[in-house]
Amino acid sequence: MPEKRILLKNCGIIDPRDINAYVAHDGFKAWEKARHALTPDEVVAEIDTSGLRGRGGAGFPCGLKWKLARQEAADEKFLICNADEGEVGAFKDRHLLQHDPFSLIEGIAIAAYAIGAQKAYIYLRAEYHYLSAGLKNAIDQTRQKGCLEELNITIQEGAGAYICGEESALMDSIEGKRGEARFRPPFPPSQGLWGKPTIINNVETLANIPPIILNGSQWFREIGTAQSKGTKLFSVSGDVAKPGVYELALGSPLKELVVDLAGAQDIKMVQVGGATGGIIPASMITTPLAYETVLGSGAVTVFDASREVLDFVYRTMEFLAEESCGKCTPCREGTEAMMEIIGRLTTGDGKQEDIQAIEDLSQTMMLSSLCGLGQAASIPVLDTLKYFRNDYENRIRQSVFLRSLRGQL
Amino acid sequence: MNTLQEQTLLSRREQASLLAKLKEAQKEFGYVPREFMAETARALGLPIGAVYGMTTFYSFLSTRPLGKYVIRICKSIPCCMQNAAMIIDSVAAEIGITPGQNTADGRFSFELTNCIGACDMAPAMLLNDELHGHLSPGKIAEILKACK
Ligand SMILES: Cc1cc2nc3c(=O)[nH]c(=O)nc-3n(C[C@H](O)[C@H](O)[C@H](O)COP(=O)(O)O)c2cc1C
Ligand code: SF4
Ligand code: FES
Repeated sequence: MPEKRILLKNCGIIDPRDINAYVAHDGFKAWEKARHALTPDEVVAEIDTSGLRGRGGAGFPCGLKWKLARQEAADEKFLICNADEGEVGAFKDRHLLQHDPFSLIEGIAIAAYAIGAQKAYIYLRAEYHYLSAGLKNAIDQTRQKGCLEELNITIQEGAGAYICGEESALMDSIEGKRGEARFRPPFPPSQGLWGKPTIINNVETLANIPPIILNGSQWFREIGTAQSKGTKLFSVSGDVAKPGVYELALGSPLKELVVDLAGAQDIKMVQVGGATGGIIPASMITTPLAYETVLGSGAVTVFDASREVLDFVYRTMEFLAEESCGKCTPCREGTEAMMEIIGRLTTGDGKQEDIQAIEDLSQTMMLSSLCGLGQAASIPVLDTLKYFRNDYENRIRQSVFLRSLRGQL
Repeated sequence: MNTLQEQTLLSRREQASLLAKLKEAQKEFGYVPREFMAETARALGLPIGAVYGMTTFYSFLSTRPLGKYVIRICKSIPCCMQNAAMIIDSVAAEIGITPGQNTADGRFSFELTNCIGACDMAPAMLLNDELHGHLSPGKIAEILKACK
């Protein structure tokens, strides 16, 4: 199956600065349809039936989330577009913001109409400040066209913190606090920003809304697998000839993406889903990309045979330790401890007991961390232990041998 | 709206403006000065610790003065795989400082950062707000020379 360009259909084709170019390519037709031909409840039902799931990493059913917020009686509701894209290896939201901001604005307009929000925020990571002028231009032009009469959209810029991509930390950041994950429940659709019902959706999730409304949920359901409908954007980088953003129907084999499209050779392993994503060894390269298997936010990093597994695991843990918000102990201390143990293995000071210690610590972090960062931090460690245990054991054997030479056994 | 509602709305707006205020200070002074933190805390009715805590939490806010040009080289895995280490060395060689330092003339600050979402153009960096990708030592020399 070749690329299937639904979300990317305008990228590189139309001028992202000009609303007329967007309108000429069916722009705002979905918004017209939603506003004039459908009630908010019907829009929510259409998205629910489509089977669209969140593209930000967690994969929560979008329609279900909207239904929960729609049901809430409140004087104020909020919609937040998550444009924090801090995941290592992820850049597909940047690509959409850069090349097709109007699709996002249209998706936001429809989503706000559906859940009954009068105010929307686009939380843009500070590293993407250079995109904010283009985004603001798109909002202004849309307003001038009369498509944003009942909705106020604000671009809220972050200040450099990976954890602010986590939805509850993101809300704290908008409220003017340190971005730290919150205890849940309550969940945002009932009590979110300032305690009001709030829907937080990823850029790509919202960009999916116009084509679904325009073409209908049945059209969307025909693409993908049982649990994973539609197409997905993938950010491919690492050891590939052609890094970039690709769009494939969900369920497509990983091989098609990294070998056929991106031109990878001599693959050792692929990480799917960013720093906390799962590891696929070369032997499993035909694994389908879907929520049922591996997906996350669609960050795909390819490692060829020249790469050292332990160096990769160490750097990943260093990232997570740096970006842990520090609110809960298993993650704050666990990522540091993990880094220390893996650091010891990479520098040749490993002990046989270290593998057991890593496995025990992983279990604790997974079970007792407050948010996804700590809960998923050990996935790359456990996956590499599963597929590349020899790399760990060889390092330990070397360490033991080196120490014996030094008389330090 | 009754007055209580108005008041909560007001204090909500004020606290929500904190991050923007700190970012403005960062832009104007090149860091968030102590006095600014104290003043802002007083104005918003927040403990100074809350304002200090904000400033140290976010990597784009700084309690030490930064130079006119802030160089942020990406050190995450996809950039590392495309030889980010060599770029870090070439920046150090060009301006004579290591990550975490400022040049004596106050022109440059040199920082390392985690992924900036440009891995398709690795190795990449931000120079203030501007993105530069596909870096090479030659390109670094050229870019830094243009910083007056
Ligand atoms: C540590 C962490 C970082 C996250 N970063 C992002 C992010 O950068 N962008 C994003 O859309 N979602 C991110 N998420 C997921 C959000 O919490 C949330 O699930 C998502 O924004 C919901 O939108 P969706 O249902 O449309 O995917 C992150 C989650 C965790 C635990
Ligand atoms: S798991 Fe980590 S990032 Fe999440 S709340 Fe705990 S310390 Fe913060
Ligand atoms: S790893 Fe450097 S930009 Fe993503």
